[in-house]
Amino acid sequence: MNQSLSLPSWMLWLLGLFLLGFVLLAVYSVKRTNGIRRSFFASPYSLWMVLFTIVPCVLIAYYALTDANGAFTLDNFRNFWDSNYSVNQLYTQMGPEYEVLIQRGTVNIGILVYSLWMALLCTIICLVLGYPAAYFMADRNIKIGSILVVLFIIPMWMNFLLRTIAWMTLLEDQGLINTLLKSLGFHSVQLMYNDRAVLLGMVYNFLPFMVFPIYTSLTKMDSKLLEAAQDLGANHLHTFWRVTAPLSLPGVISGITMVFMPSVTTFFIPRILGGGNTMMFGDLIENRFLTEGNWNLGSALSLIMMVLILISLSVLRKADPEGEGGGMI
Amino acid sequence: MRKLVKRGYLALILLFLYIPIIVLILQSFNAGKSRAKWEGFSLQWYSELFKDQAIMKALYVTLSIAVIAAIAATVLGTLAAIGIHAMRKRPQAVMMTMTNLPMTMPDIVTGISLMILFTFSKIERGYITMLLAHITFNTPYVILSVLPKLKQMNKHTYEAALDLGASPTYALVHVILPEISPGVITGLLLAFTLSLDDFVISYFTTSPMVQNLSTLIYSKARIGIEPTLNALSALMFLALLVLLLIVNRRASKPAKAR
Amino acid sequence: MRNRIICTLLLLLVMVLPSAGLAEGVVNVFNWEDYISQDALDLFTQETGITVNYMNFTTNEDMLVKVRNSPSSFDVVFPSDYCIERMIHEDLLSPIDFANVPNLQYIDHNLLNPSYDPTGEYSVPYMWGTVGILYNTTLVTAPVTSWSVLFDQQYQNNVFMMDSIRDCLGVALKYLGYSMNTRDPLELNASKDLLIKQKKDGIVKAYQVDETKDKMVAGEAALALVWSGDAQYAIDLNPDLAYVVPDEGSNIWVDGMVIPKAAKNKANAELFIDFMSRPDVAQMNCNEIWYSTPNVAAIELMGDDYRDNLTMNPTQEIVDRCEFFLDIQDFIQIYNTMWLEIKSA
Repeated sequence: MNQSLSLPSWMLWLLGLFLLGFVLLAVYSVKRTNGIRRSFFASPYSLWMVLFTIVPCVLIAYYALTDANGAFTLDNFRNFWDSNYSVNQLYTQMGPEYEVLIQRGTVNIGILVYSLWMALLCTIICLVLGYPAAYFMADRNIKIGSILVVLFIIPMWMNFLLRTIAWMTLLEDQGLINTLLKSLGFHSVQLMYNDRAVLLGMVYNFLPFMVFPIYTSLTKMDSKLLEAAQDLGANHLHTFWRVTAPLSLPGVISGITMVFMPSVTTFFIPRILGGGNTMMFGDLIENRFLTEGNWNLGSALSLIMMVLILISLSVLRKADPEGEGGGMI
Repeated sequence: MRKLVKRGYLALILLFLYIPIIVLILQSFNAGKSRAKWEGFSLQWYSELFKDQAIMKALYVTLSIAVIAAIAATVLGTLAAIGIHAMRKRPQAVMMTMTNLPMTMPDIVTGISLMILFTFSKIERGYITMLLAHITFNTPYVILSVLPKLKQMNKHTYEAALDLGASPTYALVHVILPEISPGVITGLLLAFTLSLDDFVISYFTTSPMVQNLSTLIYSKARIGIEPTLNALSALMFLALLVLLLIVNRRASKPAKAR
Repeated sequence: MRNRIICTLLLLLVMVLPSAGLAEGVVNVFNWEDYISQDALDLFTQETGITVNYMNFTTNEDMLVKVRNSPSSFDVVFPSDYCIERMIHEDLLSPIDFANVPNLQYIDHNLLNPSYDPTGEYSVPYMWGTVGILYNTTLVTAPVTSWSVLFDQQYQNNVFMMDSIRDCLGVALKYLGYSMNTRDPLELNASKDLLIKQKKDGIVKAYQVDETKDKMVAGEAALALVWSGDAQYAIDLNPDLAYVVPDEGSNIWVDGMVIPKAAKNKANAELFIDFMSRPDVAQMNCNEIWYSTPNVAAIELMGDDYRDNLTMNPTQEIVDRCEFFLDIQDFIQIYNTMWLEIKSA
C-alpha cells in the first residue's frame, strides 16, 4: 500500500483558489462593515485555518475519492456500505469456487451505529449526572463555587491514558473493587471487558465537559430573575422549569456538543476497558489507516463521520439560534 | 436537609472523578514494578523519576508546547473572535463553520491529515510541527470561549468609546478586552488543558525523537506502566492542586476585601 | 508585566529551537520500547565514541509509516520478520556489508537466510521467540498440548486472545491444519468462523496485547495467547504459570536489525549491528529483556538455567513445527475484513 504523496497540479490550483477566496472574503468583510476594521482581525486566523484545516480536509477528501493508485473511484464509499465489496471483487477474480464466500458485509455500518448509540447513552448519562452537579455548584456562594470548579478541572489535567489504566486496576476481576467485595463476603462481579465498562470510561472522561458549559450559563443567569419569579408566586419547581432551565439551555446544548462529538470517535477506552471485545468507530478508522494501511478507505470513513457530525451540529444549532452557548466559560 | 443533599451529591461526583487518581497515587508508592502485586511501601520510583532522562525530556516538551500553543492560540483566537463578531451574517456563518470543522474531525483524522500536509510540503516533522498542530486545534476552542462574551457585551460600548474620542486601538485594548477577559482566560486555560493531554494528534505530527508525555506513556503502556509514571502523575497532581488553590485564593481576595 | 511575558516567551523560544542536525559520530536507532539494555548502549558509546540517538516505536505498522515518511532519520531499525520482507519489497533497505559485521559468526545458522530475507543480506537477527499458550496450572488441570484448549467451552470467559490479526487467525489456521500464511479464502473463512464461534460462545474474555502478562500474573484468566518473552516475565512473577507451544505448531518470529537505504550514518550503523551481535553484549540484552537470543555463543554464557528453559530456549523440535509470518501484501485486505467481522461479532 504505497501512499503516493505528490498531488496532481489541478489540486494545487484548487488549493490556490481556496486561498485566494479566503483573502477576498476578508477584504470583502472589511469593506462592508462601515469602516470598522475589526473584522480584519480575523484574517490571520482565516489564513491559518485554510492552511492547517481546510487543506488537510481537502486532502482527506482527495484520498476518499481515489484508490491506491490515485485514480478517481467511489469504491471507498461502496466499501463503507458493503464492507466486503472489494473483497468480493477479489473472490470473483480468483475463481468460481470462492463464490460461496460472497456476501454483503455490514461491519462498517454496524460499528458506526454502535458508536452513535454509545455516544448517545454517554451524552444522556453525562447530562443526567452533570446538570445537578452544575446546578449545585452554581448555587453556592462564590468562594466554595470556584474551589469546586478547580477541583473539577484538576483531573482533566492528569493524563487521560493513565487515568483510564487506573480504572482498569479498579475494575479488573482481581482488581481493587472485586477484592473489596470478596473480603466483604460477596461474589466477585465482572465489571470489565464489556460495554458497561466502556460507557463508564467514556462518562468519566467527558463529564467535566458537560458540567462546565452548564455551570457557566447558570452563573451568568441573573439571580434577580429568580427572585422576581418567586415574588410572583412561583414555587421552586416552577421557577426551575420556567426560568432556570430555559436560560441554561445554551449551556446544555454546548455541553451536549462537547460530549457527543468526541465520544463517537473515542478509541483508547474500548480497547482498555472493553477488552477489545467491541470496536468503536475510532478504532475502526485507526485500523483502516494503520493496521490495514488503507488510507483511502480510512479517509472515506472519516469523511462520512465528519458529515454526520456536521449534520447533528446544525440540528443542535436550531435549538440555540443565538449561539449564546456558554462555551466553556 | 437540602444542603446535605446538595453537598452529598457533589461529594459523590467528586469522589467518582478522583478515585482513579487516588489509585494512581497509591500505586506510585508500590515497591514492586507490576501493577498486579503490592510489594510494600517505597519511595524509590520518585527518585528514579528524576534520573529518567526520557521522562524529564518529555515533561519539558509537554509543558513548553502547552504554554506556547496556548498563548499563541489565545492571541490568534481572541483577535479572530473580535473579527468574526464584527462580520455580517453570511461571512460570519462561513467562519463559524470553518471554526467548528476541526472539532468535528476525529483526532486521528486531524493527526493524519496534518501529517500528510507536512510530508507533502517537506517540512521535517518534530517540535515545530507538533507546535503548529497544537495551535491549530486549540484556536477554535478559544474562539468559542470568547465569542459568547462578545455577544453578551453591550454592542454600543465600543461605538460610545469611539464617539468619546478614543482611537480604535485604545477602544479595543481598554474597552473590549476587559469585558471579554473572562472568556480569554478561560480560552487560555482550555487550550492549555487540551495541549497537555493530547495524544493522537501529537503522535502523528512529531518525530520519534521529540516525545511528549502522552506519546511516551502510550508507548510505555504497551510494555507495562512503570510506577515512575505514576510518581510523576502524583507530583503533577500535587503541584496543580497547590497552584490552582493559590490562584484561587488570590482571585477571591479582592472580592473579600470589598 | 507585558515585558516580562515577552521575555519569557523569547526565552522559551530560544530554548526550544531544535538544535542542529547530525554531528559526526552519531547513530540513530529506532527500536521497540523496552527492548535493549541501557548498559549495552552505554558500553557502545564508551568503546566507540559514537553517540546513540535512541527512539522507540510501538507497532510494526507505526514504524513503517515513520520510516516511509522520513527514511533518512534512522540508521538502524528493528522490524519484525514480515515487516522486513515488506521493506525489502518496497526497496527501503540497503544491503549490509558483512565485512563490517564479523560477529555474524555467532548467530545461529538456522536463522540466517530465513524465508523473509532469502539472500540474508538485509538483516541480522536480534531477538526471536515463539507464540504459545500461557496457562495457570492451578486453574487448568489437564495438561495443555493443543490449541483446542483455547476453544474449549470449559474455559468460558477465561481466555485472553491477542488483539492481533495475524496471531489470532494464525492460531485458528494452525489448529485446523492450514498454513499461517495461506492465501486460500476458504481456509481463512473456516478460521474466521471458528474464531467467531469462540467469541459468541463467550470463551474469550478479552482481546489484548500487552496487558495480558500482568493480568495473568494476577490470575485474571486461566489461559492466554502470548509471546514467549511475555510468558517468561509472567512466570518469573507467578510460578503457578506455565508456557507451552502446542503440537499443531505455532508462529516463530524474529526481530532483526536493518539499515534503511537513506540512512546517513551507514558505517556507524554497521558498527552498532556488529556490536549487538557480540556474545557478551547479546547476553546483556538477553538478561535485560528475557527474550530468546539468536546468538549461540551468548546462550553458552547465559548458563544452564537459560539453556534448559524451554520457554526461552525451545528445542529444535519445537522450532520445526513453527513457521514464520510472511508478508501477505495485499491479501491483508481479506485478513483484515475477516478480523473486523470477528471483532464486531
